Amino acid sequence: MAFLTDRKRAMGLGSAKSGTEHFWSMKVSSVALLILMPLFVFTFGAALGGTYEEILAYYSRPTPAIIAALTLAVGFKHFNDGCQTLIEDYVHGTAQKITIILMTCLSYGAAAVGVFAIAKLAL
Amino acid sequence: MVQLTLPKNSRMTTGKTWPRPEGATNVKEFHIYRWSPDDDKNPAIDTYFVDMDTCGPMILDALIKIKNEIDPTLTFRRSCREGICGSCAMNIDGINTLACTYGVAEVKGAVKIYPLPHMPVVKDLIPDLTHFYAQHASIQPWLETETPAPAKEWKQSIEDREKLDGLYECIMCACCSTSCPSYWWNGDRYLGPAALLHAYRWIIDSRDEATGERLDELEDPFKLYRCHTIMNCAKTCPKGLNPAAAIAKIKKLMVERTI
Repeated sequence: MAFLTDRKRAMGLGSAKSGTEHFWSMKVSSVALLILMPLFVFTFGAALGGTYEEILAYYSRPTPAIIAALTLAVGFKHFNDGCQTLIEDYVHGTAQKITIILMTCLSYGAAAVGVFAIAKLAL
Repeated sequence: MVQLTLPKNSRMTTGKTWPRPEGATNVKEFHIYRWSPDDDKNPAIDTYFVDMDTCGPMILDALIKIKNEIDPTLTFRRSCREGICGSCAMNIDGINTLACTYGVAEVKGAVKIYPLPHMPVVKDLIPDLTHFYAQHASIQPWLETETPAPAKEWKQSIEDREKLDGLYECIMCACCSTSCPSYWWNGDRYLGPAALLHAYRWIIDSRDEATGERLDELEDPFKLYRCHTIMNCAKTCPKGLNPAAAIAKIKKLMVERTI
């Protein structure tokens, strides 16, 4: 129980003066994925069902390797930003901060593993 | 973590079934949420039967008839009975709307009436809108100027005045904010569609000189950016306004002054 005025409760801690960067970054990665996802589907689809040697040769070419690496990097950045919004919506307090940290580790970890795998195939 | 189920003392029970009017042929059934702070009972859904041959066509007419002729303890807000004061906003047949402009005939079967969702209840169909009003006040819904006031009026072109159409009509009934899932989960910090629509109304007012300060105050992951364009606000607004579009335009202005 706290004797706060209605105005004090509504104002809270005031404006964080942030959020636009996150909003814009989501828009940019959305547009990037709009282009990258079809490219990824077509290049990845073309390689499906090949032998190990064929896949190795295919991903040694710059176009499929760069498309796959970019899709993974941008995709997981977008995933991370989206999940942060989701967590902020539904989880509150200390659990919120811990979940955001875990989600960030997972996203960038998964992106790093993916890009490393592509690099290993390509180089 | 958000609470996905109702607390124990808010779970609804079956309430009293009031007698049918004798000799009536055109009877409509009403299931109405009842809760009183004066006892420790859980909320209950009471059932009423209204003779529509002796009742006006709107939900509010039926509620007033129930209060006058069946159960005087039924409590609800009402004033203008023509959709301009916003007092009788409630959840009717699953939609947040005004009881005075929603027809009984629009509802098939029994009419289910609840208070506006996810707000503390004062009694029966009356939600506590204190925080909602305080959030509205926090966006400073009045003209802010530095320039000394002119001898006559602040002038505005016809085109600039037209920008306020679709915004100034808001009657603050709270139907939109209480239909918004983001407002349900984060209403303590998220300003909600109604307050943001009013904020935009002053941001784009050609006479207002506090545009930058207004945007500064709104730039916040919770105050503004909890809006995920769910669009419940636009769907439910009994005045046909589109708060989601107003919020999108605020976000656009935020980007414009950054990039």
